[in-house]
Amino acid sequence: MTGDALLEVDRLTIALTQDGVAHSAVKEVSFSIGRGETLGLVGESGCGKSITALALIGLLRRPLSIGGGSIRFKGREIQSLSDAEMRRLRGNAISMIFQEPMTALNPLSPIGRQIAEMFVLHKGATWHEAERQAVAALGRVQVPAPEARAKDYPHQLSGGMRQRVMIAIALACRPDLLLADEPTTALDVTVQAEILELIRDLSAAEGTAVLMISHDLGLIANMCRSVGVMYAGRLVEQQAAEAIFTGPRHPYTQGLVASLPLLGNRARHGRKRLQEIAGVVPPVSAYPAGCRFAPRCERADAVCRDVDPEPTALPGGGHVRCHHPVTAGANAS
Amino acid sequence: MKIRVNLWLGAVLFVTVVLAGILAPWLAHTDPVMDANLMNAETPPGAEFWFGTDAQGRDIYSRVLHGARISLTVGIVTQLINTVIGVALGMSAGYWGGWWDDVVSGLTNMMLAIPSLVFALAVMAILTPGLTSLLIALGLTNWSHTCRLSRAATLSVRNQGYIRAAQVLGFSDLHIMMREVLPNIAGPIIVIGTLGMGGAVLAEASLSFLGLGIRPPYPSWGSMLSDARDQITTAPWVSIFPGLAIFITVLGLNLLGDGLRDILDPQDRARRS
Amino acid sequence: MTVPASSSPLLSVEGLSIHFEIGSGLFGKGGRTLRAVDGVDLTLARGECLGLVGESGCGKTTLASAIMGLATPTAGRILLDGEDIIGHGRMARARLAQIVFQDPYSSLNPRLTVRAMLEAPLRLHGVTGKSELDDRIAEMLRHVGLRPEHAQRFPHEFSGGQRQRLGIARAIILRPKVVVLDEPVSALDVSIRAQIINLLIELKETLALSYIMISHDLGVVEHMSDRVAVMYFGRIVETGDWERVFSAPRHPYTRGLIDAIPDPFRTRRGERITGEMPNPLAPPKGCAFHPRCPVHDERCVGAAQPELDEIEPAHAVRCFRATELA
Repeated sequence: MTGDALLEVDRLTIALTQDGVAHSAVKEVSFSIGRGETLGLVGESGCGKSITALALIGLLRRPLSIGGGSIRFKGREIQSLSDAEMRRLRGNAISMIFQEPMTALNPLSPIGRQIAEMFVLHKGATWHEAERQAVAALGRVQVPAPEARAKDYPHQLSGGMRQRVMIAIALACRPDLLLADEPTTALDVTVQAEILELIRDLSAAEGTAVLMISHDLGLIANMCRSVGVMYAGRLVEQQAAEAIFTGPRHPYTQGLVASLPLLGNRARHGRKRLQEIAGVVPPVSAYPAGCRFAPRCERADAVCRDVDPEPTALPGGGHVRCHHPVTAGANAS
Repeated sequence: MKIRVNLWLGAVLFVTVVLAGILAPWLAHTDPVMDANLMNAETPPGAEFWFGTDAQGRDIYSRVLHGARISLTVGIVTQLINTVIGVALGMSAGYWGGWWDDVVSGLTNMMLAIPSLVFALAVMAILTPGLTSLLIALGLTNWSHTCRLSRAATLSVRNQGYIRAAQVLGFSDLHIMMREVLPNIAGPIIVIGTLGMGGAVLAEASLSFLGLGIRPPYPSWGSMLSDARDQITTAPWVSIFPGLAIFITVLGLNLLGDGLRDILDPQDRARRS
Repeated sequence: MTVPASSSPLLSVEGLSIHFEIGSGLFGKGGRTLRAVDGVDLTLARGECLGLVGESGCGKTTLASAIMGLATPTAGRILLDGEDIIGHGRMARARLAQIVFQDPYSSLNPRLTVRAMLEAPLRLHGVTGKSELDDRIAEMLRHVGLRPEHAQRFPHEFSGGQRQRLGIARAIILRPKVVVLDEPVSALDVSIRAQIINLLIELKETLALSYIMISHDLGVVEHMSDRVAVMYFGRIVETGDWERVFSAPRHPYTRGLIDAIPDPFRTRRGERITGEMPNPLAPPKGCAFHPRCPVHDERCVGAAQPELDEIEPAHAVRCFRATELA
């Protein structure tokens, strides 16, 4: 972790309190994002990727709370900031976009006004000036006829348009960090491609760092330079995007990659039986004591069941959290 | 285990009243209608007459017990009729939609606009007064809420995959409504049924109080209250005990309904997840 | 001329149209027509898996509903083994075509045990002997990778993947000829999808089933399908062998779809298609795709719509420029 990274997350733990018992929904997750970099967090539902993002932007609510570790943003610790101080950061220096734009936008307010709010709130602009800048923001996210569109209500727009509006709101104040939680999962694949390209282009133009969250490994690897894989609240592997596909080191990642029917595989190698990962993701209340993937792992032994592995640095960069990592080059892709 | 006060208290109260009604012939001290001794008129509660006597010298305790039979019969039977009509109309309206739904909605709106007691009165005026006509009248009156509820619940279940699966597997609409929809909407219907019973007991009491339900000398709690109107200050026990009986019964049913709502709703969600 | 029985398709959809009248005025006039499915021709051979691909609003779900008898076509025929099934009652259709639903959490009745759920259709269709019922149910559970003990349990006791297995068991217990798979793995966790995909392929081989698989996930479609049909705006725009369609797509929409899939190795190919599907109540003139097409010309905005033409054996494309685009 470099000292001047934009965001440094150090052993972040998020507790979920149910019936008086605190479970570590996220356990000692560490990663960093430099200025203008894109990091992807990939994992299945329940792995903790979304609540990690919520923790970064200070939106955790009971029964979730930060149980340990630190979050440093521009060198300053932010995990224990007051609500008022967090609000100054939110939408301003750190922004977030969500999966369902319909529920994230106020249905009773025209979209131009919702964007303009950001300028009034964080930049002290007048409403008149803010509305003008809102129209410019709509233009930047490639909404056609922005002056007319600004008066529309969310329900009058298609899913793709609404997501563009959400991006416009999020990037209005030119934040340093954008958190994107499954922003395209609810969209058709052609619209998804456009939205992803938009996020990529805009963040490159403004130097915005992006934390992209998804369950789609292909999407993440395409968008991000570095990819972190989460399972049951643990960050089990982090590597450069191509390396995740060509040389995954954690058995879970390897199983995931081998289980995906990637476009082009059948033409290249014929139809092979997809590799299955046995078992199911455990519920938060029943995370195993040692390595959380052990019950499903073919390589697991007594050590794995008793001791939760610490991260091991990888020669090509990144790390893996496993007692018996997959050897490099063992994956047939 | 959370102690569900509503459920247990309501159940205890309701069961007590039911037992009182069932065991009335054995628990009562006198015949509620025939044993009237003017010599004992308006005796305050004491060793011989636990709840005192009324203007005709009848034992109030025995009359209250027998009154439980009437009130509970009315409460349970009318609610059953209401539920059958309401579920049949509401579930079919929600399931089929289209013009049938329009017809049922129109009917429901009409019923909701007419004051229920007035409607019950009209029905009873056509039929000869008595317990049966009271049951029919009240049974035909209060089905609208159950109907609305059944319709809404059916709509929310209607588009679940397993309903379409049943259609594709060849089952008839009737089978699907009875075997797939009904069990999954039963929870709220049971709750509203229980609460409705309390309403029916009150409705009967009101009608009998007005002299339009169960006629004296039969011991309906409502008619007992009506008889005691003039004696509220001189012999308050004549109205207190029947009033208390109504209160306990309706309270018990309301608590039971609330308690059932608590266990049926979250359990449904847990079962579905 | 007699056509050998083995070469005639199992399922043949001919000129199928499903139109809805929207917003009819007071007396049924002044409404507009939503052409959800507009003149679709499709065939499914015995033992084949046909992948039906398209984005939301293209009509693939409505088409599947019509095959299942859940929607009434406005025109056209659906022939199964030579017989038009459009007028068929539920019971007759049930033994011919079944469906596996997308969402395993809402497709099982929470109040029925597995046994009750599997027994009911068997009883309805004439299987009443207890031992035969037991055998069929146990056999089916084994086929989908579950155990006979599971029959006593309720749906909420199973995981998402297991529930989907139960949905599959229910769909094939009557031994239908055609099984429609409606996004069978989209609602499942990524690490579970492989199990269900492998199971479906295995069942197709063991039980000689024929599938129509609806999916927006091209990777799954490529893996599972023998033939692929691409739908746009209620019409089939391209159909052919999986290999032809995926490695040499001819319709600009198909190409755009394939291009839009995020490629982890970041090799990009052709032109990106922009915009969104037009309002189905206001179809564009000429080819429905031209507003979004990167290579359209004046023919495409004329009055005529392109036909679905075979450009090479077993590969048909609906595009005026199909033969020009390599």
